Amino acid sequence: MKKTMYEKIWDSHFVHQEPGQAPLLYVDRHLMHEVTSPQAFEGLRNSGRKVRNVHSILATMDHCVPTKNRDLPIADPIAKKQIDTMAENCEENGLNLYDMKSPDNGVIHIVVPEHGFVHPGMVVVCGDSHTATHGAFGALAFGIGTSEVEHVMATQTLPQTKSKIMLIRVDGKLSDACTAKDIALAIIGKTGTAGGTGYVFEFAGDAVMSLTMEGRMTLCNMAIEAGARAGMIAPDEKTFEFLKGKEFAPSEEQWEQAVEFWRSMASDDGAQFDAELVLDAAEISPQVTWGTSPEQVVSVNDVVPAPESFENEIQQQACEGALNYMGLTAGTKMTDIKIDYVFVGSCTNGRIEDFRSAASVAKGTQVAEGVTAIAVPGSYHVKKQAEAEGLDKIFTEAGWEWREPGCSMCLAMNGDELKDKERCASTSNRNFEGRQGKGGRTHLVSPAMAAAAAAAGHFVDISK
Amino acid sequence: MKAYKKHESIAALMNRSNVDTDQIIPKQFLKKVERSGFGVHLFHDWRYNEDASDNLDFELNKPAFKGAKVLVVGDNFGCGSSREHAPWAIEDYGFNAIISTSYADIFYNNCFKNGILPIVVDKAQLDSLMAEIDANEGVCFTVDLENQQVITPAGNGFKFEIDPFRKENLLKGLDDIGLTLEHTDKIDQYEEKHKALYPWLWA
Ligand code: SF4
Repeated sequence: MKKTMYEKIWDSHFVHQEPGQAPLLYVDRHLMHEVTSPQAFEGLRNSGRKVRNVHSILATMDHCVPTKNRDLPIADPIAKKQIDTMAENCEENGLNLYDMKSPDNGVIHIVVPEHGFVHPGMVVVCGDSHTATHGAFGALAFGIGTSEVEHVMATQTLPQTKSKIMLIRVDGKLSDACTAKDIALAIIGKTGTAGGTGYVFEFAGDAVMSLTMEGRMTLCNMAIEAGARAGMIAPDEKTFEFLKGKEFAPSEEQWEQAVEFWRSMASDDGAQFDAELVLDAAEISPQVTWGTSPEQVVSVNDVVPAPESFENEIQQQACEGALNYMGLTAGTKMTDIKIDYVFVGSCTNGRIEDFRSAASVAKGTQVAEGVTAIAVPGSYHVKKQAEAEGLDKIFTEAGWEWREPGCSMCLAMNGDELKDKERCASTSNRNFEGRQGKGGRTHLVSPAMAAAAAAAGHFVDISK
Repeated sequence: MKAYKKHESIAALMNRSNVDTDQIIPKQFLKKVERSGFGVHLFHDWRYNEDASDNLDFELNKPAFKGAKVLVVGDNFGCGSSREHAPWAIEDYGFNAIISTSYADIFYNNCFKNGILPIVVDKAQLDSLMAEIDANEGVCFTVDLENQQVITPAGNGFKFEIDPFRKENLLKGLDDIGLTLEHTDKIDQYEEKHKALYPWLWA
């Protein structure tokens, strides 16, 4: 029988099924950060259980960490408690932790690939919805809850029900002004935020396969915003090239065997999918969200939509509510929307390629009057690489702040946040109400779009 | 999780419907790093006055209900956000059985994960149980999961339904993890195979 990549991974990780219960799926890699793990460790302790496979876990601190004055003690006592607890838990269980001071520290979904910790064909979990990122390597990677974090630590398995699979093919060639972020937003604009519910996405097509590994990670990262459990892309030469020589990649002796196995994980020609969506890359232009859900998105050359333009009542009401919260009027050109803040970073767009892209636009410009622009590398490795290439200089000379790595303004848990009614061009993944600070207004864009907006003080159609 | 034993305990009465998880454990308490210790915050906004003293008008603050393990409560208990902190708080406070006509879905599931028995009764039954507590505050009910029955001094006892699989787990004190661990041999076997297939992951 011809199988999809998802089915191959599922079948090869099936451990056992007890009648009347969900199948147990084996977990190869378990990623952790400080916010969703403490109660799981406590549960483990209370029940006298142990971590089954210490080597399957990689942990970092990212959500609560400050992006400036890293040498000073953390001011927020709750954040400090979470950070300290993470360190104690990892120490107690002998886990590999990239703590705040480590040169390997950064956002979990950025540091994991940097170390080659996820390989094709794996099942990967993390108490974090953006675990989908790692599907870029041809792995099945998804977010889990705190009880499940404990479950995986204790048993290395998870009771799971099978998802349906949707093939999302993006054919043709993407314009130079567009990136993986624009593909992701364009897809969510089509599927809606619930369109992927019950599904795992497999992304394919020329426009997807010609993305770099960084771009593929950006695309898979946002699968969750379409409601999908995971997103994945077949492994190919680029994948293997990316992994080669990395710390947790197979050794040279085992390399050929690993690659051969990885190759076999791609969906078979003619495998059946439960649903299919086809997009033409040539029709995608730079995207900007206008509302409070990632599906509320248009091309930058478009206008803010009116509630009447939506078919059903729920969408109309959602539009009205979003316009109200965002302080926008229907019919306004997207390029006329003025911004106060720019954030380039997050696990969606905090990789080296993203800073290269933003810097190439920021170069020789000045941040517009009244605008604050911050560039927050996804990890210390990204930061170091960017500095080696002189990107930090480009940003600071253009009036940007160049920060230490962390989740930062992606979810505004570390003190980096918007004030009430401030408007931000952000490269992160969620524009929910209050996500970047109470009353803050978020517009999701690509790094290049964010940099162009920083210089102009409003959104700009960079394809012109 | 502890094995669920037959017990005779004070039954506390909260004659309120649609109690949501934000009332069970308000969101300001979610930032804790512990799973235990939520009991003191259970029903926080009802239970304490502004000055942090006990609100003596709140049902559970009645001396007669002190040490209660059984909570008798109105319809649709545990609705709202899916936070697992709600059953954590209830369990930590000391309740291990709830009697109501209905529960929110996720909350109901979460109870079993945390050693709490959510018993479903019909409206008439609930009314008579409530009346019995009203007439005799501090009354003790016997909860017998094995025989699926509740016994009360005034004879308002009843039999209740429960999914046999869940019953078994509670009786044995098996949580999801405990259940999975019953298949440790299967996991061991799988890992042997896994080591042969992906040797580089075990190097
Ligand atoms: S960068 Fe944002 S989305 Fe990514 S892990 Fe951090 S908070 Fe979550």
